[in-house]
Amino acid sequence: MDFLAQYKNALFLIAVLLAQAIALAVQVRSPLDPAQPDGPSVRLVRMWAMAAVTPLERATHAIGHGARSGWSDYIDLRHLRQQNEDLQQQIARMRLAEDAIAEDALQGRRLQALLGFRQSYIGSTVVAQVIGSSGSEQTHVLTIDKGSRDGLRPDMAVITQDGIVGKLRDVFPTTAQVLEIDDQSSGAGVVLATTRIRAILTGTIDGRVQIDNLTPDSRIKPGEQVLTSGGDQVFPRGLPVGTVESIAPDPTHQPYSAIRVKPAVDLDRVEEVLVVTGMQSELPPEAQQVLSTAAVQNAADLSAERLPGIYDNQAAETAGTAPGAPATVPSVPHPLPILHPDQFSGGSTPPASTMTPGAQNSLRNALPQGNPPDGDPTTSNPTPSDGKQTSAPGH
Amino acid sequence: MVTRSYMSRREVEQQSFSPAVTIFVPLGALLLQVLLPRMFSGLAVLDLPFVVTLYFAISRRSPIAGTATGAVIGLLQDLLTGQPIGVNGMAKSVIGYAGASLGSRIDVDNNSTRALLTFGFSLLQGLLLYLIERRLLGIRAFLLLWMHELLRAAANTAVALPVFLLLDRAKHSE
Repeated sequence: MDFLAQYKNALFLIAVLLAQAIALAVQVRSPLDPAQPDGPSVRLVRMWAMAAVTPLERATHAIGHGARSGWSDYIDLRHLRQQNEDLQQQIARMRLAEDAIAEDALQGRRLQALLGFRQSYIGSTVVAQVIGSSGSEQTHVLTIDKGSRDGLRPDMAVITQDGIVGKLRDVFPTTAQVLEIDDQSSGAGVVLATTRIRAILTGTIDGRVQIDNLTPDSRIKPGEQVLTSGGDQVFPRGLPVGTVESIAPDPTHQPYSAIRVKPAVDLDRVEEVLVVTGMQSELPPEAQQVLSTAAVQNAADLSAERLPGIYDNQAAETAGTAPGAPATVPSVPHPLPILHPDQFSGGSTPPASTMTPGAQNSLRNALPQGNPPDGDPTTSNPTPSDGKQTSAPGH
Repeated sequence: MVTRSYMSRREVEQQSFSPAVTIFVPLGALLLQVLLPRMFSGLAVLDLPFVVTLYFAISRRSPIAGTATGAVIGLLQDLLTGQPIGVNGMAKSVIGYAGASLGSRIDVDNNSTRALLTFGFSLLQGLLLYLIERRLLGIRAFLLLWMHELLRAAANTAVALPVFLLLDRAKHSE
């Protein structure tokens, strides 16, 4: 009894540590169901803990989001006009790029059909808000505000418009935990975009993302894009993962290289995510519509190439280029030859440098007598918008 | 015969806390630990549950109470982080025990002592986590990054001092 009394503090510590060590040993056994990393009892306890914390996380997130959005709305309004113009220009550029991409996609689909390829596309997604994190540097886990009641299940892919974020780990009725790709226990099948080398992406203890199962290869360069390969049966094929940041020999894992990858998504600042809840073998309706539009346009272009044109030859002659060379300014209509020149004919308007500001009759004086102007000379001049004076072909 | 002791009153004095403080301060620390890194990712370097564990341990000066407090706070932290349950529980149990044992022998109300204790115990916790992850769980990739651990210890110390002063207002001497 004296022994127990004398060492009760140490014995209590040993008992507590022993109990936890046994609990750890039970948990780290290989799970029977890969989709359930925790046993039923551990999962239940985690669910209770999450249920206790989630309301507070939701409230804090709502308050923070409200404050941030109020401030950002004010800031955004100040730059709205400039942003609108920039976006309009960006849309114009993207439309041009979309046509080219759609044509490539058409070609790709034809080739896939020839090869009997079966492609999986993202069929359905659930939008979720990130409301919490693990709060630890050892684990990189996010908490989202959707759970099994919204159709989520473990191992579903979590993405944003920029790339992949991770996959679902524990799914509770109203919340779920996302294992980010920079967690040390995560993994994803990837392919390097240019070299088409397949690899496995893992997280590291210090929260980085790297590929460590490739031997040194001089073709792999920093800046190369990394995409999902689809081989892990979690992430759909072709989603952005990141770019190669650095390549160095792996000192602890010779003869392999440690290829550091910069994630496409800023994992520290993820606010909203998409959970991929379903896949399909056909393209989504919107994408199909784009492709069908591109197909019609493609067919029209082919027909136009085969039909005789009324502009191309004339443009080539006017520009003085060779008949076979592509016209630099196509589709500009040319006026018919001038039979009876008047004040509206091309070349009759004096150059702007000779005009005097405020002189109303300078144009009238410059015109031939007996031909009073009866229209707006600026609109009646058949000068094209690019400033070139048009004249009859051959003038 | 009168028993004489060389321990001062300050050394034998144990502090107690109201039930509300005992329950809500650790819970608040756990909640902040989950929420703060969402706002500022760099704050993940802090370990607020560790700070609270250490404070209660050195204030109560009871190794059993310190061990129990560390175990409970660590297990709750494990539940929220997605780690195997027991990793932080074991580490913080040892921190609680050692903090209470040391707190009953030295003057822990001095800010310099507190800073040294927090810095040292933060490093000790890093070492314990390394041993648990690497030896017990067999995670070979887990590395002990000493520079990072020193930074973490400095950050925990910087936060611990004002938190300790704040919590001093909530304790009752016995």
